[in-house]
Amino acid sequence: MAIVYEKTKMLTDKPLHYCPGCTHGIIHRLVAEAIDELGVQDRAIGIAPVGCAVFAYDYFNCDMMEAAHGRAPAVATGCKRVNPNNVVFTYQGDGDLASIGAAEITHAATRGENITVIFVNNAIYGMTGGQMAPTTLPGQVTTTSPYGRDPALCGYPIRMSEMLATLDGPAYIARVSVHDVKHIMEAKKAIKKAFQMQLEGKGFSMVEVLSSCPTNWGLTPQEALKWLQEKMIPQYPLGVKKEVE
Amino acid sequence: MAKLTIAKETCKGCGLCADVCPKGLLALSHMINSRGYHPIDITDQDKCIGCAFCARMCPDAVITVEK
Amino acid sequence: MGQKMLMKGNEAIAEAAIQAGCRFFFGYPITPQNQIPEYMSKRLPKIEGGCFLQAESEVAAINMVYGAAGAGARCMTSSSSPGISLKQEGISYIVGAELPCVIVNMVRGGPGLGSIQPAQSDYYQSTRGGGHGDYRMLVLAPSSVQEAVELTQQAFDLADRYRNPVLIMGDGLIGQMMEPVEMPEYVKPADLPEKTWAATGWKPGCGRERAIINSLYIDPNKLEEHVQKLYAKYAVMEEKECRWQEELTDDADYVIVAYGTTARIARSAMRKLREQGVRVGLIRPITLWPFPNAPIKKAAAHARAFLTVEMSMGQMVDDVRLAVNGAKPVTFFGRTGGIVPTVREIMAQVEKLAEEAE
Repeated sequence: MAIVYEKTKMLTDKPLHYCPGCTHGIIHRLVAEAIDELGVQDRAIGIAPVGCAVFAYDYFNCDMMEAAHGRAPAVATGCKRVNPNNVVFTYQGDGDLASIGAAEITHAATRGENITVIFVNNAIYGMTGGQMAPTTLPGQVTTTSPYGRDPALCGYPIRMSEMLATLDGPAYIARVSVHDVKHIMEAKKAIKKAFQMQLEGKGFSMVEVLSSCPTNWGLTPQEALKWLQEKMIPQYPLGVKKEVE
Repeated sequence: MAKLTIAKETCKGCGLCADVCPKGLLALSHMINSRGYHPIDITDQDKCIGCAFCARMCPDAVITVEK
Repeated sequence: MGQKMLMKGNEAIAEAAIQAGCRFFFGYPITPQNQIPEYMSKRLPKIEGGCFLQAESEVAAINMVYGAAGAGARCMTSSSSPGISLKQEGISYIVGAELPCVIVNMVRGGPGLGSIQPAQSDYYQSTRGGGHGDYRMLVLAPSSVQEAVELTQQAFDLADRYRNPVLIMGDGLIGQMMEPVEMPEYVKPADLPEKTWAATGWKPGCGRERAIINSLYIDPNKLEEHVQKLYAKYAVMEEKECRWQEELTDDADYVIVAYGTTARIARSAMRKLREQGVRVGLIRPITLWPFPNAPIKKAAAHARAFLTVEMSMGQMVDDVRLAVNGAKPVTFFGRTGGIVPTVREIMAQVEKLAEEAE
């Protein structure tokens, strides 16, 4: 019998700490598989965020750096400028990237920094206990929007992919989802494409991955995927937002 | 004929794999692993077609598929 | 190099850094240090492998330094007081992750936006850490352009040796002043440790452990162990890296303690007072951390009193008092807000001390 599917060697043996049914694990796997399939494990350097994925350095089987909250694109910039031959990626959540790190991501994008950003959007701050994120949907209940996010009080969710796609610097920006196998396969393709862009020296690439947070959404893993599909996708339309030749 | 190997110690019993199995062959087992979860198990190995949907859906990469 | 040139302090520091092998500079404009990034932006792109990048903020700049240092490069950033406040987050992470880099602070008046004139009011911030957590940085305080050049080159070696950031603390005057300077030929010490910890790309069996550049230790026991390791390093720095200059302290009745620009003015005051027969000496800390306790303690045995002079409301004076430990009176004179003390003002302070002693 031949192996049809097994865990990639680009992930370490350490069991993931994520909650049951959290799709961070799927996204980790897709990133790791893309790096593995492109044959660049020995050149890869990952930048971990602050948030649920803070321990990403324990999971990706390559050299890693752990950045301050929101600063991963700046850290990646320093790293890439020193060794342009390295394949540098950041793995960031929505609080990290779209709120505290909004400046760093925007300027890395507009510089066309030749790095790959994996942006995990689950519309909430997971690690700190389910507070409102910049991506939280209108009306969504969180621990700091207990009556539901009120746009009149705290504004609207931010669409980072569309926003960054307006810039001249980025080479590739796409939004994908991991709520079912079909979308997981598409997400993998987009992530691989993003790394390919970097390998070809085309510049900044980012894949926004819509992700679930069953624990802080207060849903079962199955309900969470349904919520992602029904509530998040209309707010955050999937697709390629920018791609240069 | 396909074979499914499940790393039961690292499975968190989220059940996402069970939902995507086209043959409905996966279910939580009665055993409890050392981390306190009911891991997933295959109910009828012979009926597995080796599509690997389960492995692709699994957030914890606990499933190996052979065919 | 080798011949004397007339250079601005900021430019001389930038050139010295390049001579010492700094190839990566990340900065953000702020007065009075702009000639450092300007000089780097001119020079670095012309050097193979060199990169100057103007960051979107001081916060981004220091985190670019984190990434570049983590990749094993000699790198640097510079700023002035309000900008250094913004860098504190990154500095704390850099210390935690044990990354070598050089940071320049051309101090200006504060608090807040303050002024753009020279000051020394960031002493506490620089010597006590500045950011969150238990840590120290080597803080080097030049008092001439020539010394700024020498300390800059040494700063890169010290940073690499201890895997810790080194802060060069100047002030607006040191940065803006033009002085003749001789660029020393830089020779890298042969005994500097290899950067085997750097993140440069890894695969199984490549001969080293996977590099993880990190300051997170979620287990408190592990974090305590890590901080104790940092402090063991600081103990070695205290033992080996403490630097100061003593002038005429052997017979001094009055000892002035001052650093940087202020020490130059204090030296002039000392000379004039000596001409008048007042026995005054000067202790000039070159490392603000570790603080030179030894010469102060030694002088306390015979001096009648100490005068600390700073361009602040009195920050280093606390360290002088700790060193003197109550043995003799320690007084303070300072100007702040960007005002530089005059020779006459310092002389008057010493004369007052002498009168009180009579």
